[in-house]
Amino acid sequence: MSDTSPTNPNGGTEEFSSARVVRLVGRVFGPLLGAVAIFGQHMMLLGRAFTWLFRRPFRLRLYLEQMEFIGVGSMPIIMLVGFFSGAVTALQAITALAMFDQQRWVGYGVGVSLARELAPVFTALMITARAGSAMATELGSMRITEQIDALSTFAVNPVHYLVTPRLVASILMLPIMTMVFNVVGLLGAYIISILVYQIDFGQVLELFRHWVDPLDYVQGLIKAVIFGVAMALTACYQGFNVRGGAKEVGRATTAAVVSSSVSVLVLDYFLIEIMNVIWPSHGM
Amino acid sequence: MTNGGPTRDDRWQIQVRGLHKSFGSQEVLRGIDLDIERGKTNIVIGGSGQGKSVLMKHLMGLLQPDSGQICVDGEDIVGLDEVAIGKVQRKFGMVFQYAALFDSLNVVENIAFPLIERYHLPKSEILDRVRDLLRRLDLANVPGVEEKFPGELSGGMRKRVGLARALVDRPKILLYDEPTTGLDPIASKNVDEMIRRTADDFGVTSVVISHDMASTFRIADRIAMLYDGTIIACGTPAELLAAPHPRLREFVEPSGAVKFGASS
Repeated sequence: MSDTSPTNPNGGTEEFSSARVVRLVGRVFGPLLGAVAIFGQHMMLLGRAFTWLFRRPFRLRLYLEQMEFIGVGSMPIIMLVGFFSGAVTALQAITALAMFDQQRWVGYGVGVSLARELAPVFTALMITARAGSAMATELGSMRITEQIDALSTFAVNPVHYLVTPRLVASILMLPIMTMVFNVVGLLGAYIISILVYQIDFGQVLELFRHWVDPLDYVQGLIKAVIFGVAMALTACYQGFNVRGGAKEVGRATTAAVVSSSVSVLVLDYFLIEIMNVIWPSHGM
Repeated sequence: MTNGGPTRDDRWQIQVRGLHKSFGSQEVLRGIDLDIERGKTNIVIGGSGQGKSVLMKHLMGLLQPDSGQICVDGEDIVGLDEVAIGKVQRKFGMVFQYAALFDSLNVVENIAFPLIERYHLPKSEILDRVRDLLRRLDLANVPGVEEKFPGELSGGMRKRVGLARALVDRPKILLYDEPTTGLDPIASKNVDEMIRRTADDFGVTSVVISHDMASTFRIADRIAMLYDGTIIACGTPAELLAAPHPRLREFVEPSGAVKFGASS
């Protein structure tokens, strides 16, 4: 064997080369195929969750509980982050605009930044950290303690009972929380610009009203809906597919938060590109 | 064991023939033949990873086999649609290893869960049935038990609440998944008594999956041993002890629970 073994890595027997090629292809395309498979499983879960949405029984209580948890429960953190985001953006805008003595544009700057980017993205990230992590942990714990299997024994479909309400509640609550973020953010900006920096309110308001378009808010809310789907889907997928023990639940929670956050930011980029195509005159 | 399809016989509640199941390249069940006797305590023993839980999920229609037949009360449940399987599943109650109570629901809501999900019964009737079970399973005398959440219950109480939830829809067959795992000998004995008493009081057919030999020989009417995806021995405890299969001997002897060669 040693006589026929290739000393040159480029040479060798045909068998040896083909094995190397297979390994190389596996190494290059393996992770890619894995990623495609996981994406496919997410889409299948999404499809099943939506199919069950229209089937009886409707269990309104579960939807309301999730809306309360995702929406009302997240209100304090959204208001806190929203207020400071608006205030900080106003502060930075005023510093930059002061170079041209154009501080009155601060209302427009903050308004449009909040509407299109800050409010939907920060809201999604905050709710991912708070509710997404909790969803993954709860479903993961239910899986390892056989509660999900127990549902099946009562002829209750676990996707219907657990995933659909979380998905629907996220889709409904993320836009609402985004609007809360917008309002509180503008309040923060108002306090910094008008009360602290004494910029003329009439001018700030006039430029805000003239230049910030309702479409800016529509775009932000569309993003919020899509971020809601991504967040709930990722969290439920991770929680639902836990195998093993407590350590795996922790791993699933981390994976849910990391992949939700990354998908929010990646989706944000692609959504901007798509919206710039749909509303070409509106892109700045 | 008979080969081919099962014949209708009132003695047997469940009859399994030639059951095969693989997950990917791993063949878990390789032609299971098993009879579950009506109204008796039937125990399936076997080591870890031998496919006991997979077999149990098949009995209840939670998993579909690759091939084979599972007859419940003479009706083959393989390949039935979702609605028909749902009807078959109502004949079963399952008691999970660690009770699998829903954390977010209190004791009453947990026990009432199957009734709420399956029927539109008045609240008072549901409550009556739940309280009746709490009484019969010695849970009613625990102060404030109805409002307690699973996290506030002891292991033994959780098992009984799990049993109550399995019994509330008046099943004909009760499946127990390793009910004595992780319990001390006294608690284990209590669970054994609970299984026997439930079988007598409620007239159910019990199917217990276990690897606790002492418990098995205490309560079994019939024992089947699962090894390497097939049933290698099946019969009454006396039959198995009189003519033990070598694998069964290997499995049972270390526990010192019973002595072979005896007639009971």
